[in-house]
Amino acid sequence: MTTVEERPAREANPSATAADRPIGFGRIQRKEDPRFVRGKGNYLDDIVLPGMLHGAILRSPMAHGRIVSIDTTEALAHPKVHAVITGTDLEGLNLAWAPTLSADVQAVLATDKVRFQGQEVAFVVAEDRYSARDALELIDVEYEQLDPVIDVRRALDPGAPVVRTDLEGRTDNHIFDWEAGDAAETDAVFAAADVVVKQEMVYPRVHPAPMETCGAIADYEPIDGKLTLYETTQAPHAHRTLFAMVAGIPEHKIRVISPDIGGGFGNKVGIYPGYILAVVGSIVTGKPVKWVEDRSENLMSTSFARDYIMTGEVAATRDGKILAVRTNVLADHGAFNATAQPTKYPAGFFHIFTGSYDLQAAHCKVTGVYTNKAPGGVAYACSFRVTEAVYLVERMVDVLASELGMDPVELRLKNFIKPEQFPYANKTGWEYDSGDYEPTMRLAMQIAGYEDLRREQAEKRARGELMGIGISFFTETVGAGPRKHMDIVGLGMADGAEVRVHPTGKAVVRLSVQSQGQGHETTFAQIVAEELGIPPEDIDVVHGDTDNTPFGLGTYGSRSTPVSGAAVALTSRKVRDKARLIAAAMLETRPEDLEWEKGRWFVKGDPGAGKTIAEIALGAHGTVALPEGVDGNLDAEVTYDPPNLTFPFGAYICVVDIDKGTGKVHVRRFVAVDDCGTRINPMIIEGQIHGGLADGVGMALMEFIGFDEDGNCLGGSFMDYLIPTAMEVPDWETGHTVTPSPHHPIGAKGIGESATVGSPPAVVNAVVDALAPFGLTHMDMPCTPARVWEAMQGRPTPPI
Amino acid sequence: MQVTMTVNGTEVTRDVEPRILLVHYLRESLGLTGTHWGCDTSNCGTCVVLVDGEPVKSCTQLAAMTAGHEVTTVEGMADGATLDPVQQGFMEEHGLQCGFCTPGMMLTARALLDRNPDPAEDEIREAISGQICRCTGYATIVRSVQWAAAHPAAEGTTASEVPA
Repeated sequence: MTTVEERPAREANPSATAADRPIGFGRIQRKEDPRFVRGKGNYLDDIVLPGMLHGAILRSPMAHGRIVSIDTTEALAHPKVHAVITGTDLEGLNLAWAPTLSADVQAVLATDKVRFQGQEVAFVVAEDRYSARDALELIDVEYEQLDPVIDVRRALDPGAPVVRTDLEGRTDNHIFDWEAGDAAETDAVFAAADVVVKQEMVYPRVHPAPMETCGAIADYEPIDGKLTLYETTQAPHAHRTLFAMVAGIPEHKIRVISPDIGGGFGNKVGIYPGYILAVVGSIVTGKPVKWVEDRSENLMSTSFARDYIMTGEVAATRDGKILAVRTNVLADHGAFNATAQPTKYPAGFFHIFTGSYDLQAAHCKVTGVYTNKAPGGVAYACSFRVTEAVYLVERMVDVLASELGMDPVELRLKNFIKPEQFPYANKTGWEYDSGDYEPTMRLAMQIAGYEDLRREQAEKRARGELMGIGISFFTETVGAGPRKHMDIVGLGMADGAEVRVHPTGKAVVRLSVQSQGQGHETTFAQIVAEELGIPPEDIDVVHGDTDNTPFGLGTYGSRSTPVSGAAVALTSRKVRDKARLIAAAMLETRPEDLEWEKGRWFVKGDPGAGKTIAEIALGAHGTVALPEGVDGNLDAEVTYDPPNLTFPFGAYICVVDIDKGTGKVHVRRFVAVDDCGTRINPMIIEGQIHGGLADGVGMALMEFIGFDEDGNCLGGSFMDYLIPTAMEVPDWETGHTVTPSPHHPIGAKGIGESATVGSPPAVVNAVVDALAPFGLTHMDMPCTPARVWEAMQGRPTPPI
Repeated sequence: MQVTMTVNGTEVTRDVEPRILLVHYLRESLGLTGTHWGCDTSNCGTCVVLVDGEPVKSCTQLAAMTAGHEVTTVEGMADGATLDPVQQGFMEEHGLQCGFCTPGMMLTARALLDRNPDPAEDEIREAISGQICRCTGYATIVRSVQWAAAHPAAEGTTASEVPA
């Protein structure tokens, strides 16, 4: 059942303590904001421990080279240097190589070769950050330069240099081939189709670049062997377990604390060498060691995103019925296969490239390769590569519309999965939980004034002006995921939650997921409030500390609300059920004679006879004679194993104007209608969407991590890696529909990555639409002025 | 070398290395960690503070160069429990998510409103165009500044009146 709501006027956001604030779902200001607006956030680099030392990493200047020698003598002689650690030192500790999240290994410090520019070579620990940097200059490394593998299209050529000579028996750069769907069935549909369109497209390498870079503070206490590790991590529990496995420190002796995080977007999922080096530095020096990377280190060495070369094909009838989609992908994974995704899925959830359409057949093949570039690959709010999948299918549908001479909206409407087909089993193995796409598309058209825009475009075209209208309709798959299918390094993708109601009726909820700005302290308090009727301001949300929260896999892939949100709702319901038993004892009646209204159990037919949650909490902890089997508290815990993923969707319309003289693209309007199921805090949801839309404009128009032929990174600072400012983005126009998830306890589907996933094709489709008078049907991102101008001259070129 | 400057209304003198950047001086010598650091190239603006009322990227300036000047950081915006209208506006209009760019954005907004109490949307966008936010997509930051412009005395005071 889908609810379509008209686009609301701008609404007020009541403060968390205002008399008119909702106790449960609805707009309230964020509970975390009072500290942030006063500059009292507590980010990693704000933490200072007594006697703390500072680490800095020496990095490789080249993409591929053999290490001949490393001389640390002068650095060690620096009066403020306490330690210099090299790969050879780590080999002695069996820590030179660490397992990645994709069953590969990654060098912590290079021992044999350097394999990408910016790779970690040595670690200095000194008294302050300036001295640590000074000492890096005193380390003398001799390299023998080797030919690098930079052009991913040549990585599998016979005779190409082999990146991973450390892996025994390795003679090429091939990592994996992975397929989904039925190739033979798909080929048969293609062979019989009236129309087939084909397009190669590049989703270039980009970077999440959160405003706070990555860092860690390791504090190893040698007497009791306890390691306290402060980290910029989205997944503190997974990190603790992995550290126990890697470093051999018993898991109960490790406490991972993830303080306020200055943006993550997937950049802070993996374990980077710097984190391990901080631990080694602390063990070696006996003091706390802080390591915080600079911006170039962040852009050049930590988890990048995308880097897919995709060849897409669509088979259709002449009247616009899409029959099948197939694609071949070449995936650049860099020097180590360190992508973070469920074990069974080396290409993440790319196999949702069938999009929002009812197909007869589909097939994809993805080939992953090593190159001499930084490792990573699943990051930047991508929902485990749904971003690449949505870009492929939404770009291909526009290519087909162009071939058929059909309006791109009409073509989409004709092919949507129909509401009565849900739950919908697609051709690559997903079961879409719920959807009703047409009302969402129509609302976006209404907000945009679609017909008027097309009329305006026709008038402008007649005058020779370049105006484009781009459509994107995406279906996401988030909330990973069912344990029987999904794990990361053997850890099932479930999350825990604990709720305790204190004797006075205030509560604490403890989460395994970790906010990087999403507002968990507000949203999760609102879920408890909705279920128990305790006001959000009376609920403390604890997260980001493994000593004080239940186990779970953390925040990425838009999984906090779908997984942890479900855990919190079910935990709250357990508390409510227990409260019913205690209330019955207090009221001297039977539990089945009680009825719930938000915050209170009362006797059916006698609303005056009841007990509030606060009264029940006091009873539970007090002297009430408790029923047999009920212990004296009002606490509960749940670990939630999702039965399926959730499938948020949305319709986006982008309007651009292009300057004919310069090729500069101006995003004039952007309409986004999202359906994330039940909406917990509309203010926070809109904020998540706005941020993702800016990401999409950035990727489509500006952001690009490129390399020269020698493997020098050309996007290694904010001088070169361009991110939208307030001048490059419009005032976003949002709307929503509500199609709850049928299997989620509150019907919520997740929203964190929808806009990042859905917006890039809308922008590129608008650019290509504007350039249609030049006979163009495709151009690759980033649509920079120079590249657009080239496309206008009939020379559109891929960025790599 | 000894450096004396006024920070959030209080004169402070510290011994510093001549090469120390203002951002590191504020964060590490004075413990004012509300001013953040986000890039190496003066592009991101998370380090913006006011120097003599004007927004300055504190990573582009040495502490020594700031001697004799008046610095306002985010910690100097509120008057005790009373927030500056800009701070209130950011909470009202969801102008922040992770909070990392927020101090710099708010100080730039304060400087803008001090010289232009009723800025147009494009003037606000231009004022913050030297700063990057990765979370909000900027629209709610613009609305936050508009909220502050519409509530100039919203139980708040201007930064210049705020004691440390």
